Amino acid sequence: MTLLEITGSLNVIGYGLAAIGPGIGVALVFASVIQGTARQPEAKGSMMSTAWIGFAVVEALAIFGLALAFAIS
Amino acid sequence: MANGTAGLTLLDSEVPVFDISIFESRPLFPSQTWLACHEVGAGACPAKMPWTDIWLTNHIAQAVIAAALVILFWLIVTHRPKIVPTRRQWAGEFLYNMLRNGIGRDIIGDNYHKYVPWLVALFSFIVINNLFGETFVFMFPTFSKVGFAWALALLTWVLYNAVGIKTHGLRRYLKLQTIPDGVPKALLILVLPLEILSNFITRPITLALRLFANMLAGHLLVVIFVTGGWFMLSQVKNLAINAAGVVALIMSFAIFALELFVGFLQAYIFTVLTAQYVSSAQAEAH
Repeated sequence: MTLLEITGSLNVIGYGLAAIGPGIGVALVFASVIQGTARQPEAKGSMMSTAWIGFAVVEALAIFGLALAFAIS
Repeated sequence: MANGTAGLTLLDSEVPVFDISIFESRPLFPSQTWLACHEVGAGACPAKMPWTDIWLTNHIAQAVIAAALVILFWLIVTHRPKIVPTRRQWAGEFLYNMLRNGIGRDIIGDNYHKYVPWLVALFSFIVINNLFGETFVFMFPTFSKVGFAWALALLTWVLYNAVGIKTHGLRRYLKLQTIPDGVPKALLILVLPLEILSNFITRPITLALRLFANMLAGHLLVVIFVTGGWFMLSQVKNLAINAAGVVALIMSFAIFALELFVGFLQAYIFTVLTAQYVSSAQAEAH
């Protein structure tokens, strides 16, 4: 008798690997914003609006990974 | 005993199957056809189901209730405003100011007033729907069904394209969005498809999928911790695994708190990106 049966697709592992890159990317984006804010607090607003675009673009890769993990079988 | 290697004894003989049927919509008023094909051991459902089974589901009811709650909330906080605000009015004004100044004015710029209602409605609708994931009765974040997220992203897509076309005219808008300044002609073959892809296709897709994926993954995590913890605590005859089950159940509270935070964060990001896309659509050059 099996204790716990785990079924599923290798896609999920692939997605986990694919999320490493965007994870580092998002971290870099916000690390830079934090540093920039520490150096020049009054520039926070303009930095944040650029950061959101950068964040959206970088995270898009992780999202494509998720979509493909669902789509490719 | 087959599981002798691990030295464990199960209390129930059944192999546990992780149940994710909570993510399936159930009709509010199931028809005879639906009941017949959802009995245990029944075959597949017929391709054509009555429309009440498809459209009147618990998750759609949830979205409608959320919309009603949004309207109710803003009606209550703006009811009979005073010059010296009451606590109720102050709460509403605080939230509204945050959205209007923090998102609308800072990101869209000059003529942001027109878009504030959409931003406020978007934010409050997403927040309430995400909070449903942690609320009794519902216990399900509406946006972990991807269709709802598609609908909101489609509305935002229509909005920012309409704003761009209205400000610049169709031809100029397309030119501004697809041809960046100062790109050599020879490079356009490469840049043009990428810009079209990123500005008109991946923007709405990522907007919808980001919200959906975060809500789905978060709720799945809660379900895994709770069912896994329950299983290890009560279904296995081994003290160490029981202790791990207790840890998993306690951890599930932390995941729950994380979900509350993520619900707000995703609503904020969705609203910020909407404002960002509107502002880039009406910008002179990008």
